[in-house]
Amino acid sequence: MKEKVISIKGVSFQYPDQEAFALRNVSFDVYKGEWLAIVGHNGSGKSTLAKMLNGLHYPSEGTVSIGGYALIEENVWLIREKLGMVFQNPDNQFVGTTVQDDVAFGLENNGVEHSAMQERVFASLEKVGMTAFLNQEPHHLSGGQKQRVAIAGVIALRPDIVLLDEATSMLDPLGREEVINTVRELNENEGLTVISITHDLEEASRADRVIVLNEGMLYTEGTPERIFQLDRELLNLGLGVPFAVQMSQLLTDAGLQLSRRHFNEEELVKDLWTLNFEK
Amino acid sequence: MMEKMIVGRYLPADSVVHKMDPRAKLLFIFGFVIIVFLANNAVTYAVLGAITCLIVLLSRVKLRFLINGLKPVLILILFTFFLHVFFTKEGDILAQIGFLTIYKGGVIKGVLISIRFLLLIFVTSLLTLTTPPISVTDGIESLFGPLKKLKLPVHELALMMSISLRFIPTLLDETDKIMKAQMARGADFSSGSIPERVKAVIPLLIPLFVSAFKRAEELAVAMEARGYKGSEGRTKYRILQWSTRDTIAMFLLVALCAALFMLRS
Repeated sequence: MKEKVISIKGVSFQYPDQEAFALRNVSFDVYKGEWLAIVGHNGSGKSTLAKMLNGLHYPSEGTVSIGGYALIEENVWLIREKLGMVFQNPDNQFVGTTVQDDVAFGLENNGVEHSAMQERVFASLEKVGMTAFLNQEPHHLSGGQKQRVAIAGVIALRPDIVLLDEATSMLDPLGREEVINTVRELNENEGLTVISITHDLEEASRADRVIVLNEGMLYTEGTPERIFQLDRELLNLGLGVPFAVQMSQLLTDAGLQLSRRHFNEEELVKDLWTLNFEK
Repeated sequence: MMEKMIVGRYLPADSVVHKMDPRAKLLFIFGFVIIVFLANNAVTYAVLGAITCLIVLLSRVKLRFLINGLKPVLILILFTFFLHVFFTKEGDILAQIGFLTIYKGGVIKGVLISIRFLLLIFVTSLLTLTTPPISVTDGIESLFGPLKKLKLPVHELALMMSISLRFIPTLLDETDKIMKAQMARGADFSSGSIPERVKAVIPLLIPLFVSAFKRAEELAVAMEARGYKGSEGRTKYRILQWSTRDTIAMFLLVALCAALFMLRS
């Protein structure tokens, strides 16, 4: 059995000035080292969930436990050390005037000694491939680069879990790819647990496991392969299955012998043009 | 254009002045600004002028940039110059144009005051030309450190300054974008009478303010998520290094002050 890092049990949440519940009786676990995608359309409760995992909201009912700590006000700073968060807008989370200052910001907050700080800043930037931009100012960076710096800022604090809250939704396709690949590397090489909250199913297709939220409730969960088979159901939930997945499905239905399901166009195209090589 | 104005201020280079501790630079300039007012004759002005030239030479900043910094205040300098020329009634009469009489003393005073202005502007713009804004902020935070005892939130003020600096280019970009968006809908920012132009700015300012507040809120959440809990228990990434050259600069300032006291009439 894999080790649980987050355990959510029967959680409901209601915003103080609203009648409807933003989350209703949600339960799931997150395991160490996995990449979990939480998908859902606008208003499905995924942002509320993200904020809850970082101690910005507390459950109205149910319990949340992160890294062994119960989510209550006294533990909030401990939890924030365990779980780092990357937000949607690349500009609005860049605090420092230069790349290295920004990465150091979290370290300064946690009272890390100056001698250790420099090393940790460099090491984190190395891991996201941004060492060359050490003294760059944020407005000279692309969105994808800013998000990579944000990731560096998070991993400098050596958290167990990184939560991406729509972190790629404001990026162009290239920047999105850049960020996702960086996260993939960290997930594989460093054993970092990743939770990515997104409405982009293409991003979700990179995950090990997908949880679908709908109207504050857990709709279904499973591997990306299984989730994408829901096809019509997903469309009804306001989530579009990526084009490559649909195409791949249709081709298989038409009798083409594809080796597997494809999650992005590149893979599909590559498999299609090499399809008849062996014949 | 706006980008150049602000970001282009700091000129990275490898000079003695660039390498100085920002605290030393701030103290020196603070002292200099005061002792400039001690000068009251040709010799003292010559001494101050020589020192300023020396600093400019040491900083390796091109004169062109200093002159650029002068432009916005040129009118003020000319205004004070002519004020002195026309209204000081000392010494011999040099010329008489209509009802205006120009005295020798007036011209001398006008020239000296203008030089004083020039010196002040040269030295202060050298600070921004040779020091990155973030270092200036660090210097101010460190110098005002003792005021923490008086419950002055020095660290918070410094952080506010550095965040403002960081967001200047972002907000300028945003202004540019909103301006274009409004222009695409027929807004006109560049013609009409002054009241009309002021009115035209409103649809620019309101979206800008709305987005600035939104940014502020998101930034606050992001900062909190990264463990920001105020100045307590916080360490610093940037550490200021006071070196011999900074001490020398302080001695120079004291010496200059003494020299001015002796030479002034």
